[in-house]
Amino acid sequence: MSEPVHRALGLTDDEAAEIESILGREPNHLELAMYAVMWSEHCSYKSSRIHLKRLPTEAPWVLVGPGENAGVIDVGDGIAAAIRIESHNHPSAIEPYQGAATGAGGILRDIFTMGARPIALMDPLRFGPLDDPRSRWIAEGVVSGISGYGNSVGVPTVGGETVFDATYTGNPLVNVLCLGLLPADRLVLGAATGEGNLAVLLGSTTGRDGIGGVSVLASAGFGDEDADAEKRPSVQVGDPFEEKRLIEACLALLDAGLVVGIQDLGGAGLTCATSETASRGHAGMDVDVAAVPRREPGMEAFEVMTSESQERMLAIVEPGSLDEVLEICDRWEVRASVVGTVTAGPDRSDGGRLRIVDPDGTLGDAGVLADIPAASLHDAAPLYDRPQRPPEGFDLDARIGPSSGEVPESNDPGADLVAMLCDTSWVWRQYDHQLFVNTVVGPGADATLLRLRDPLSGADTGRGLALTTDGNHRWCAVDPRVGTALVVAEAMANLACVGAHALALVNCLNFGNPEHPEVMWQLSEAIDGMADACEAFGIPVVGGNVSLYNESQGTDIDPSPVVGLLGMVDELVRRPPGPRLVAGGRLVVIGPPPQRELAGSRFAYDRGHRGGGLPALDFGLHAEVARTVAGLVNSGLLAGVHDVAEGGVGLALAEMAVHSGEGFSAARIDDAVDLFSEAPSRIVVCVEPEQLTTVLNVCESAGVPTTRIGVAGGDRLMVKGLVDVALEEATVAWRDRLPNALGHGTTQG
Amino acid sequence: MSVRVGVLVFPGSNCEQDVVWAVEHLGAQAELLWHGDGSVSGVDAVVVPGGFAHGDYLRPGAIARFSPVMEAVTEFARGGGPVVGICNGFQVLTEAGLLPGALQKNAGLKFLCAPAVLEVVTTRSVLTGDATVGQRLSVPVNHFEGNYTCDDRTLASLRDDDCIVLRYVDNPNGSVDDIAGICNREGNVVGLMPHPERAVDELLGSADGRVLLGSLLSAAGTSVTA
Repeated sequence: MSEPVHRALGLTDDEAAEIESILGREPNHLELAMYAVMWSEHCSYKSSRIHLKRLPTEAPWVLVGPGENAGVIDVGDGIAAAIRIESHNHPSAIEPYQGAATGAGGILRDIFTMGARPIALMDPLRFGPLDDPRSRWIAEGVVSGISGYGNSVGVPTVGGETVFDATYTGNPLVNVLCLGLLPADRLVLGAATGEGNLAVLLGSTTGRDGIGGVSVLASAGFGDEDADAEKRPSVQVGDPFEEKRLIEACLALLDAGLVVGIQDLGGAGLTCATSETASRGHAGMDVDVAAVPRREPGMEAFEVMTSESQERMLAIVEPGSLDEVLEICDRWEVRASVVGTVTAGPDRSDGGRLRIVDPDGTLGDAGVLADIPAASLHDAAPLYDRPQRPPEGFDLDARIGPSSGEVPESNDPGADLVAMLCDTSWVWRQYDHQLFVNTVVGPGADATLLRLRDPLSGADTGRGLALTTDGNHRWCAVDPRVGTALVVAEAMANLACVGAHALALVNCLNFGNPEHPEVMWQLSEAIDGMADACEAFGIPVVGGNVSLYNESQGTDIDPSPVVGLLGMVDELVRRPPGPRLVAGGRLVVIGPPPQRELAGSRFAYDRGHRGGGLPALDFGLHAEVARTVAGLVNSGLLAGVHDVAEGGVGLALAEMAVHSGEGFSAARIDDAVDLFSEAPSRIVVCVEPEQLTTVLNVCESAGVPTTRIGVAGGDRLMVKGLVDVALEEATVAWRDRLPNALGHGTTQG
Repeated sequence: MSVRVGVLVFPGSNCEQDVVWAVEHLGAQAELLWHGDGSVSGVDAVVVPGGFAHGDYLRPGAIARFSPVMEAVTEFARGGGPVVGICNGFQVLTEAGLLPGALQKNAGLKFLCAPAVLEVVTTRSVLTGDATVGQRLSVPVNHFEGNYTCDDRTLASLRDDDCIVLRYVDNPNGSVDDIAGICNREGNVVGLMPHPERAVDELLGSADGRVLLGSLLSAAGTSVTA
C-alpha cells in the first residue's frame, strides 16, 4: 500500500488529524501541501518555540523584538537598525553555490521588508575538515556563492567566521546575518490591512524550484549521497540582479509611502507570505493563483503556492495607489502583478479565510481550490515539548561531563600553536567588504566596525556600529548551557576590542535531530545559557533562527549556537588598533588570572578529550573587563588588542604577531595548560611603554586585574620554557593554510 | 560656483552613492543621472561608478553601453568634458569604445577585494593632474573582471601616447603591463579599476584617493571657467 499523502508531505498522522478538525472536513491536496510547509519545523519552530520563550527580549531601545521579519532597535538620531540571522545549512550541503547565494538573498529581503536598506552581511561558516575533498568542495562553492550573490546585489559582506571541524563533515553550517538601517519613523510591518486592498506580487516569476524546501530539505537530516543528490531540485536558484532591482523598487515604494504592508517570499513561498500578512493584519485574503506569473507551463496550484522561487515580494497597496506602484516598478524593470485581495477578518463569521481561487480553471479545476483559516497556518501549528535527556554520565549539579581522563601533555607547544594558525583572508578577500564607504574595521579582526550614517541623508553621526558573530561547538559539546553563556561573553569581548558596547543579540541555533532526546536537551540548555548571559549583561535578544536536523549518516553535529551581537561606539574618532604588536610594546593580559582548566579547549578537543567542566564565567567581572577595554580602545591608549578565545593566550599572542609582523617574548605562562586554557574575560593588549602606567591605573581603578606577561618585538614567538618559533615559520603557516588547501586563486603572495 | 559632478546610475550600479559622498566630502556637488535619460547637461564632469550595470549580463558593460545616457556621455567626452569610469565604469567605457582594450577575469579566477598600491605614471589625465609622477597611492580594488588586456599595437600606442595613468606596484589581477588605469589621447577620459572613492578618509584606512578625485574636480573646474 502506498504512503498516505500527508506523510509524503512531511506531516504526521496526528498533524493530519488536527488539520481535519480545524477545517471540519478532509483537506484536499493543495490544503495539505500548504499546511505541510507552514507546519514544517523550519517555518513553525514546533520543537523549539516552547523553549525560546525563556530568552529576554526587552530593552528601552528595542522597537521590534522576535517574531517579525527582523529585530529592530533604535540607534539614535532618528535612525533604527534592523538585524536578522538565518541558516541555509541544508541547501548549502546539497548545492553549495546556490544554497549560500540564496541564503544571502533571503535575508536581504527580510531586512528591506522592514523598510530598511541592507548595509552589511556577515557569514559565519562551518565546514568539515580541510583534508576531506567533499568539505573542500562545499567550502569553495559556499564562498563563491556568497561572493557571486552578495557582491553583485550590492551589499558588502563585512565579516563572519570560518571554522573547519570534523563535526560538520556532510552537514556544513552556512549562517548569514544582515544589518539594515531605516528612518525610525518609517518602520513597516508585514501586515495586510484594509478590506479591498490589493496584494501585488513583485519580482521574479514563480517556477518549480525550491518546492518543499522547508519540509523536504530543511526539516530532515542527511543520509546517503544518492538520496541527497535527488533533493537538489528543492534548492532554489538565485538572481542577484533581480534582487538588486527589487531592493531599489521596494525602497522607492516605501519612500513614496505607497505600500500598506510588505512581506518577502522566502520559505514556503506564497503560502507563507499571503497567510502571514493576512493573519498579522487580522484579515483574510483571496489569492488568484492563475494571476501569478509562472516560469513554466503546466504548473499545478500546489506548486505555485509552495514554490520557493527567489527574488519575490508581496506588497499590500490601496487600489488608488496601484498605478503609481506599477510605474515605480516599471522604472526598475521589476515585474508587478495583482494576485490577491484583502478580505474581511476573523471577526466576521466567514472572515479571516485564506482562499486560493482559479476562477477560469487555468491551472486545472475552476473555482475555490483551498479555503482555510489564514491564522491556523501559524497559530494552530503544533507545539512540541519533545523529550530531553542529558548525555550519559553528565553530572547536572557539578556541570561536569563524563571524564575522558587527563588531557594528554604536549611534546611541542610551539608546533601545536603553529598548527592552529589560519588566515581566513582567502575567504573574505572574495567579498566586497567596503561598499558604502562605512567599513572602519572589516573582516579578519575581532569585530567589524562600521561608521553610522543616516540612511537617507548620508550624514555622519560620529558614532559607529560594531558587529560580531561567534560560536564555539567545543564549549557547547562539553556543556551547552555554560558553553553558550561563554559564547555570548566572547562576543562581548570582541565588541570591546573595537571599542563598542553591546546593544542587541540575534541567534542562529544550529542543532541536530530534535527527535533525539540528547539534542533537545542541548537545545534547551543552550537557550538557558543564552538567557543567563543576556540577562546578566542586559542584552535583549531581538531575533533568531533555529536550524534542526543538522545530522549526517545518523550522527548529530555538536551543538552549535551562533550569536550575532550588535554594538555601538559612542564616539568614533579613530581606528581601533586591532590585533597588533609594536616593537617594544608591553604585553598585558587584562582580566582575571588564568583558571587552570582545559575542558572544552581546542587543545583538549584536538587530543580527543571532550569531557570535564568548562571554566567559570563571572558575569560581573566580565562586563567590567569589556567596559574597561572598550574605554582604553576609544582613548587611543592601546597599540594592539585581541581577546583570548580559541587557542588561549598562546593563540591570541601568535595571531597578534602574524598580523603585525612583530614577534614577542612572554613569560609567566607556566605550562601548556596556561598557554591553551580558554578561560573567559581575558584580553591581551600591547601598550607603548609611555602609556603603560596609565593603562594599568585605569584597570586598577575599575577593579580589573592585570598581568604583565612580556614585551613585543623581534623575529621569534617566544614563551619562556614553552615556545620558540620563528615569526617567518608561523606567518607562512598562517598565510598558506587555506590557499594550500583550497587553491591560491590570486597572483598575490 | 562649485563644481557639479554627474554620477551615472544603471540598474545594478552600486557605488553611485559612494562617489556622491566622496565628491561632496571634497567640497563639490554631485547629481545622479539615470541611465534611461539621454542627457548629461548641467554637469562639469561625469563619473561612471562601480557595480554590476544590468547585472553584468553577457559581460560587464556590454548592455550598459546601449543605455541612452551613454550617447550623451560620448558627446560630452568628445567635447573635452572630463569622464572617469571606476571599476564597472571602466568596463562600460571600454565597451562603449571611449577607451581601448578590455577587462577580462582576474588571473586568479576569483573576485578580489583588497588594498592595492598604485604608482602614478602620468599627470596629463584629468584624474592625476594634481598628483606627481611616481607618487604611490594606496587605493582598494574590488573586482572579478579587472585584468586589463589589449593587443600589442594598442599597448604600444598607450605607452607612446602617455596614456597609461596608473600601474599596480604588485599586480593583483594579471593586467598587462601592470595597468590599473588608462586615459584617451586627450587625457579627458580615464578608466581605472581601483576605487578612489573608497580612499578619501583616514578613518577608513586611506585618504590617498583624494588626490585623484581632487584632480578630477580641478579639471572640471578648469573646464567650467574655460
